[in-house]
Amino acid sequence: MQGNKPERAPTRRPSRRDVIKLSAAAAATVYASPLRAAPPPADAITPALIEAAKKEGKVAFYTAMDLAFAQQLAKAFETRFPGISVRVERSGAERIFTRIAQEYGSGIHAVDVVNTADQAHCLAWKRNDWLAPYLPEEVAQHYDSAYVDPDGLHITTRILVSPLGYNTNLVSKEEAPKSFADLLDPKWAGKIVKAHPAYSGTIMNATFQIARDLGWDYLEKLARQKVMQVQSATDTPKKVALGERAIMADGAGYLVIRYREEGQPIDIIYPAEGTPLAGGPSAVFKAAPNPNAARLFQNWMHTREGQQIIVDDACQYSAHAQTVGKKGVRPLKDIKLMKEDPEGIEKAAEDVKKRYAAIFKV
Amino acid sequence: MAIALPTRASARRTFSVDLSVPVLAGLAALLCVLVALPVSWLVYYSLTAAPAPGAARSFTLAHFQALLTDPDFLDPLLTTVILAVSSAAACCAIAAPMAWLVARTDLPLSNAIRALVTASFVTPPFLGAVAWEILAAPNSGLLNQLYRFMTGAPQDEYLLNIYTLPGLIFVISCYTFPYVFVLIANALDRIPADLEDASAMLGAGTWTTARRVTIPLAVPALLAGVLVAFLQAMILFGSPAILALPAGFHTMTTKIWSLFQYPPKPELAAAAALPLLVLTVLLLRGQQAILGRRGYSVVGGKSAAPRQVRLGWTVWPTMAFVLLVLSLPVFLPYFALFNAAFSPIATTLVTPANATLHNVYFTFFELSSTQLALKNTFILGLAAASAGTVLALAIGYLTSRRAIPGHRLLAFLATAPIAIPGIVLGVGLFLSYTRPPLVLYGTLWVLLIAYVTIELPAAYQQLQSAFRAVNPELEEASRILGATRLQALRHVTAPLLRTNVLATWCFIFVSTIRELSAAIMLFTSETKVVSVLIFDLKESGDLGAISVLGLSMLLLTFAVVIGINRLPGFGGTRLRNT
Repeated sequence: MQGNKPERAPTRRPSRRDVIKLSAAAAATVYASPLRAAPPPADAITPALIEAAKKEGKVAFYTAMDLAFAQQLAKAFETRFPGISVRVERSGAERIFTRIAQEYGSGIHAVDVVNTADQAHCLAWKRNDWLAPYLPEEVAQHYDSAYVDPDGLHITTRILVSPLGYNTNLVSKEEAPKSFADLLDPKWAGKIVKAHPAYSGTIMNATFQIARDLGWDYLEKLARQKVMQVQSATDTPKKVALGERAIMADGAGYLVIRYREEGQPIDIIYPAEGTPLAGGPSAVFKAAPNPNAARLFQNWMHTREGQQIIVDDACQYSAHAQTVGKKGVRPLKDIKLMKEDPEGIEKAAEDVKKRYAAIFKV
Repeated sequence: MAIALPTRASARRTFSVDLSVPVLAGLAALLCVLVALPVSWLVYYSLTAAPAPGAARSFTLAHFQALLTDPDFLDPLLTTVILAVSSAAACCAIAAPMAWLVARTDLPLSNAIRALVTASFVTPPFLGAVAWEILAAPNSGLLNQLYRFMTGAPQDEYLLNIYTLPGLIFVISCYTFPYVFVLIANALDRIPADLEDASAMLGAGTWTTARRVTIPLAVPALLAGVLVAFLQAMILFGSPAILALPAGFHTMTTKIWSLFQYPPKPELAAAAALPLLVLTVLLLRGQQAILGRRGYSVVGGKSAAPRQVRLGWTVWPTMAFVLLVLSLPVFLPYFALFNAAFSPIATTLVTPANATLHNVYFTFFELSSTQLALKNTFILGLAAASAGTVLALAIGYLTSRRAIPGHRLLAFLATAPIAIPGIVLGVGLFLSYTRPPLVLYGTLWVLLIAYVTIELPAAYQQLQSAFRAVNPELEEASRILGATRLQALRHVTAPLLRTNVLATWCFIFVSTIRELSAAIMLFTSETKVVSVLIFDLKESGDLGAISVLGLSMLLLTFAVVIGINRLPGFGGTRLRNT
C-alpha cells in the first residue's frame, strides 16, 4: 500500500473537509468511475476530524463481533475520544446484512460503520455503491494490500477461525476429536452443538469451505449426529462452556480462547483437515448519518492501538503489521487453514443456506 | 360558521356541534386503515409475483402451490397443529381443576393464587422459554443437574429435555394457561348457587352436584378456553424460535419469520401467513357459536354467593398440587432468572462466594442498546395504552349506545384484528408501510400501529361491556340539559368508567411490553424494543444480560401498573385531554 502514495495525482486529491461537505450523491460522482482501482488518499486522525466527529457526538456501529467484546471496543473508543458515543448494533453477519438491506430498501440510512464476518457482503455493498472510500493512514502504511479493497471501500479489521472445541470437564484431551471426520463417530451423537450459516458470517464461511473441501455429504452425515442447532457462532462456545454440549462443530475460535483464559472448562482443536477461515472487514457507509464520527471510528479501529485491542482482548488476528501476537493464541501461520473465497460465497450464499436448511431441517 | 347553532348553545359555547357523523366516518376510516390495509397487502402479495425486481406484478398461484407441496411448509404446518392441540388440551387439564379449586372450594390463599396466575400472565412467554432453557436444557439445565446429583446418574443422562416438541408444548402451556384459568374461574364465580343448592336438596352428593350441575354450566367457558389456548399456541413466535430451532424443527411462525432472511421472500411469507389467518377466523367463528349460548349459565339471576366445597383433609394434597402447578410458570423460572442474573455462569448456582453484579453492570453500563430499547418500549407502552384506550372507549361508546347508524360495522372492524396473529400482522404492516406514500417502517409509528391493532379487540370488548353496565339515562339527562354526545361522554360517563378505563389501559400496556411477534418483523436498529433486544441476546447466548433485562422489564411493568392505579383522578383528566 505504501507504494501507492507517490502515485496520487495532487489535482485529484479532494481534502477530507471537502469530502465531508459534499453530499452522499456528490461524493459518488467524485469517486465512482475516475478512481476505480485506485485507492483514495490516506487520511490521518486530525484535530479537525476529531472536532467534526465530536459535533456529531455519536456513531452507529453494526457488527457481528461477540457482544461483550464489541462493547469493550466501543468503550475503548469512547475513552479515547470523549464526547462520542458508540451505539453497538450486534447480530449475526447474515442478519446484519439482511437488516441493512431492509433499512436501505426503505430509505433508512442509520448505519455509520459496519463490521461483518463475511467478506462477500462487502462485495454486494460495493456493487450497490453504498460504501464510502476511506483509507486510514496506518492502513496505507502497515497493511498488506490483500486486506484492503483496491478502491479503499473496505478493510479487514479482524481475521477469525472457526475451529472445533470441547468441554474439558466432559471430554479428556486424548478422547477429544482431532478432525472433522472424528465428529462422525457415533459416540458424539447428541453431544455436538453447531451454529447456523443463515445467521452467522463465520459459519457461512465455514459451511462453504467445509462443503467445498469435504463435500456436502460430510454435512449430511454430521446432521445425523443429532446436533443441537444454535444461531450465532458466538453461542457455540457458550453452550460448550456451560456443558450443555461436549463438542462444538464450528463457531468463534476466539471466544474459546477467551473463555479458557477466564478459567472456563473449554479448549480449542484445530481440525486435521484444515480450519475454516473468515476475514471480518469493516466499511463506512456513504450515506452515514454521522460521516465524521464514522471515519474517526473506522480510522481508530485500524490503528495499532485499536488492532492491538482486537488481538489482546478478542484473541483474534490482525492485518496490522505492527501488532504483537498474543501469548496462548496459536499464530495463524502455524494453523492449517482452509482457503477463503468471498467471490465464491457471494455466488453460492443462497444455495448454501437452502441446502443447509434441507439437511439440518432449520 | 355555516352551521346554524341553537342560540342557547352558542351563547354558552362558541363551538358546539354534534360530531357523530364525522366521528363515525373518522373512526371507520381509521379502523379500515388499521385492519384492512395490511390484510389486503398480504392477500395481494400472496397471489402475485414480479417477474423481475421492480417489474409489474402478475397473478399467480405458485406461492400457494409451493406451500401445499413443499415439505418445508407442510411439516411446520403439521407441527403447529400438533402443538396447538396439545397445548390447548394441557392448559385445560390443568387450568380447569385449578379454577374450580380456587373459585368453588375453601382452599386457603385463593386470592394469592389468583395473583400468582396473573404474574404468569405478565411474564412474556419468550422470557419463560429462556428461563426453562436454563432449568431444563438436557445437560446444563439446573433441574437435570439436580437430578444427576440426587441419583448419581452419569453425566450424559437427563430427566428433562426442553429442546423437544413436548418441551415446547409444556413451556407454551405454562404461559397460556392463565387465559384459560381466568375464563373458567370467572364463569364459576358467576354460576348461581341456587342450582347447586337445589341439587343438594334433591339428595345429590358434592361430587354428583359438581358432575351434573357445576361442570355442565362451566362447559361453555371451558370450550372458549380451549379455543383461546389453541390460538395462543398457534400464533406464538418467541417460544418456538427459542426451543424448536435448536431441536431442528420449525413451526409456522418461525417459518414465516425465516422467509424474511436475506434474500427476503415476502410473497411466500404472505402466502404462509394466510393459513394462520383463515384458521384463526374459523376457530373464532366456533368460539362465537359457543359463547353465543353463554347466557344460560347466569339464568339464575340474583342469587347467593357460590357454594364452597369443603376440602377437609384433602386440602394438603390439593395445596401441594396448586403449588406445583404455580411453580412451573412462576417460582422455578423466576428462580432461574434471578440465579442467572447474579451468577457468573447462568447454570451455576449463586452462592455468596461467586455472586456477581457483572451482568447488571454490563446490561446497564456497557450494553449500548439497553437505554434506547427501554426508552422505545416505555414510549410505545404508554402511547399504545393511551391511544388504544381512547379508541376502544370511543368505539365502545358508539356501539353500546347504538349512537350512530353503522355502529355494527364499527363493532366488526374493532373485533376483526383478533383474527390476525401478530407475526401475520407484522408481515402485512411491513408490506404496507415500506412503500410510499406512507413510509412508516423505521419509525416508532409502525410499531404503535401494530400494538394498537393487536390490542384493540380485547380493549374494545372490555370497555364495551363496561359501557353496557352504565345506565344510559344518566347520559340522556345530560343531553336533555343541552350537552352534546361528546360532552355527555366527557362529563357524565367517563367519571363512572374510571376503573374500567384504568384496567384496560394497564392491560394494553402489559400486552405491549411483552409483544414480540409483530415487533420482530417491524423493528429497525433505531426502533428496537426490549423484547426484540432480549431475542437478539438470546441468539448470541448472552443469558446473564437477558435475565437482567427481563427482570427489569417486569419491574418496570409492575411499577407503571401500580403507579397508574395510585394516581388520583387520572382517568378523569386523561379523558378531558382527548
